[in-house]
Amino acid sequence: MASDDNPILEVRGLKVGIEGASILKGIDLIIPKGEIHAIMGRNGSGKTTTANVIMGHPAYEIEEGEMFLDGESLDDMEPWERSREGVFLSFQYPQSIPGLQVGNFLRKSVSSVRGEEAARGSEFREKLTSAMEELDIPKSFLSRYVNDGFSGGEKKRFEILQLMLLQPRLAVLDETDSGLDIDGIRTVSKGINSVVRGTENGALIITHYSRILEHVNPDRVHIMIGGKIVASGGPSLANLLEDNGYDWLEEQVEKGVDFE
Amino acid sequence: MSGDSEAREAVGDYKAGWHDPENATIRFDFGLSEKVVRDISELKQEPEWMTEIRVKAYRHFVERPMPTWGNTEELMEIDFDKVCYFLRSSDQAGSSWDDVPDDIRNTFDRLGIPEAEQKWLSGVTAQYESETVYHSIREDLEKQGVIFLDMDSGLKEHEDIVKKYFGSVIPYSDNKFSALNTAVWSGGSFIYVPKGVHVEMPVQAYFRINAKNMGQFERTLIIADEGSSIHYVEGCTAPTYSTDSLHSAVVELLALPGAHIRYTTVQNWSNNVYNLVTKRGVAHENAKIEWVDGNIGSKLTMKYPAVILKGEGAHAEVISVAYAGNGQHQDAGAKVHHMASNTTSNILSKSISKDGGRGSYRGMAKIMPKAENCRLNIVCDALILDEESRQDTYPTMEVGNPTAHCEHEASVSKVGDEQLFYLMSRGHTEAEALGMIVNGFFEPFTRELPMEYAVELNKLMSLEMEGSIG
Repeated sequence: MASDDNPILEVRGLKVGIEGASILKGIDLIIPKGEIHAIMGRNGSGKTTTANVIMGHPAYEIEEGEMFLDGESLDDMEPWERSREGVFLSFQYPQSIPGLQVGNFLRKSVSSVRGEEAARGSEFREKLTSAMEELDIPKSFLSRYVNDGFSGGEKKRFEILQLMLLQPRLAVLDETDSGLDIDGIRTVSKGINSVVRGTENGALIITHYSRILEHVNPDRVHIMIGGKIVASGGPSLANLLEDNGYDWLEEQVEKGVDFE
Repeated sequence: MSGDSEAREAVGDYKAGWHDPENATIRFDFGLSEKVVRDISELKQEPEWMTEIRVKAYRHFVERPMPTWGNTEELMEIDFDKVCYFLRSSDQAGSSWDDVPDDIRNTFDRLGIPEAEQKWLSGVTAQYESETVYHSIREDLEKQGVIFLDMDSGLKEHEDIVKKYFGSVIPYSDNKFSALNTAVWSGGSFIYVPKGVHVEMPVQAYFRINAKNMGQFERTLIIADEGSSIHYVEGCTAPTYSTDSLHSAVVELLALPGAHIRYTTVQNWSNNVYNLVTKRGVAHENAKIEWVDGNIGSKLTMKYPAVILKGEGAHAEVISVAYAGNGQHQDAGAKVHHMASNTTSNILSKSISKDGGRGSYRGMAKIMPKAENCRLNIVCDALILDEESRQDTYPTMEVGNPTAHCEHEASVSKVGDEQLFYLMSRGHTEAEALGMIVNGFFEPFTRELPMEYAVELNKLMSLEMEGSIG
């Protein structure tokens, strides 16, 4: 049940496989309201799987464990139901939908997620205009087709534009920093902060690098290796990792070092 | 994927599938003979030359074998003896909806025709079974000399023009179904746009089959005189019966020098209608003919709108979409013949198949040896929504002149699970997501339609994706 004490996201003992191969081998994660957490890890460590599973990607099989959004179980919810409950995923590789205009798509999505009222009239237009200005997205963008022919940076900005308009309770950002230059990272970070800071919402940032974390300033950093969270700590953990590398970190974990 | 089966389930009830009681004033017995052909002509009090063409066409129809391409199996299932070739439902064509018999008027009300007429059309004809039951044109256009009549009235009132052009673009001997149409044609539109007149708002014809085992054979002839322009829109529906109906139209367009004809079709016949139509236009010097052709309904459609680029600088545009659902085969495409130099053509075909439906693109593009510097561009895209459905492409290109510039692109794709997941993560159900992808795929066609049609088509396709219409 929803209550002030519930974390916005709670993941308990999550084991996940795809086509017989086990990927996540027991994940526990708690994100309290108003906090931004980061998961760092190498390619293939299970970061993207974690993001996809929270959103409800149908290709994955949940072998064990549970997920809760503000105390409510996500397990039986379809992706669109999770979205309407307030889960958002910024994709690492957003899909293009030729023929579907950005403006039209945004209005429909806002209507589906936040209700018809929110997608109507001047309020929607004002929100859209100000979010686009904040993200340095030109007006002409609205008549283009969703992600069709977008550059890497445009795709990422468009994900954040959707984040800002859909106002999710939990935003999961899968490598939103990759493909962005430093100005892009700054802009996108502003967007993420504006959705979470000082609210009851939360965010999970998935990344290879600590660069974006300098701008977002996460409350907690988790390191994922081989489908498990092997270390958790404050923001300085990201810097330690950046300075010393994953091999070093793995050694420390084996030695039993606690990064708290 | 859960929800998959629901979203991709067969399409439910067809929205325009109701039927009204049949109140025929004249109804011919089933079957075709020379007598039936002569009777139709006599009933219409036609000039002798027309009767003669009909009879010749009938004889050709009897001798001509079925096409050996398209869907030969389904073509062979047509029983020409179980078709009603003429059915009159109203003794006259009204020029006010008040003059149209109540039951027929209700049908067109339900289809939204009178409403559309008031809002955005220059003129309307409504054909019910074999004949036009309603017809009107805006006064200002009539004053400018624009003729917009049903074909039967066209023959009565403008015999000279009809005699000159009837069958000049599509002779009865063109194919088996053009022969059939020429033999038993009834209704359709006759349009003449005088030199330099631009008809700004579209004129619309609506074709409705109501009776069982009905054959509808409208005949349309549009002549756009020098420097004129017109946009003609047609829509069609029929009730859903367990037995089949036959729709076999012939449409001839003449765009004289500098004229522009756009012919838009949104065909949504019920899934028991054979739709075997011949459409062809001749474009003279610097004229432009556009076919905007949407095939959503029918059991089997075989239709390849054609343009003969006869004069220098003429341009052809054929944009078509086809949707083949359960039990449907859309065999559609385009033909262009570049007869003159500096002629250009663009063909864009978009085809979707779902629930075991079958779509084929069949195209013929010819550039004659004497035609210099022609440009031809063909793009065919197909989208398959499930494993049971099928898409084929049969393109033919004959390039007889080395200065021609030809391009041909074809693609077949499937809806990706990742695309669906992306849209679902934005709050859209799987059916809504599929609808967005499908409408996006058709967008290059939809944006060419009058807004009212575009909205309707988007709604229709979204409903098809939900698997429930009503």
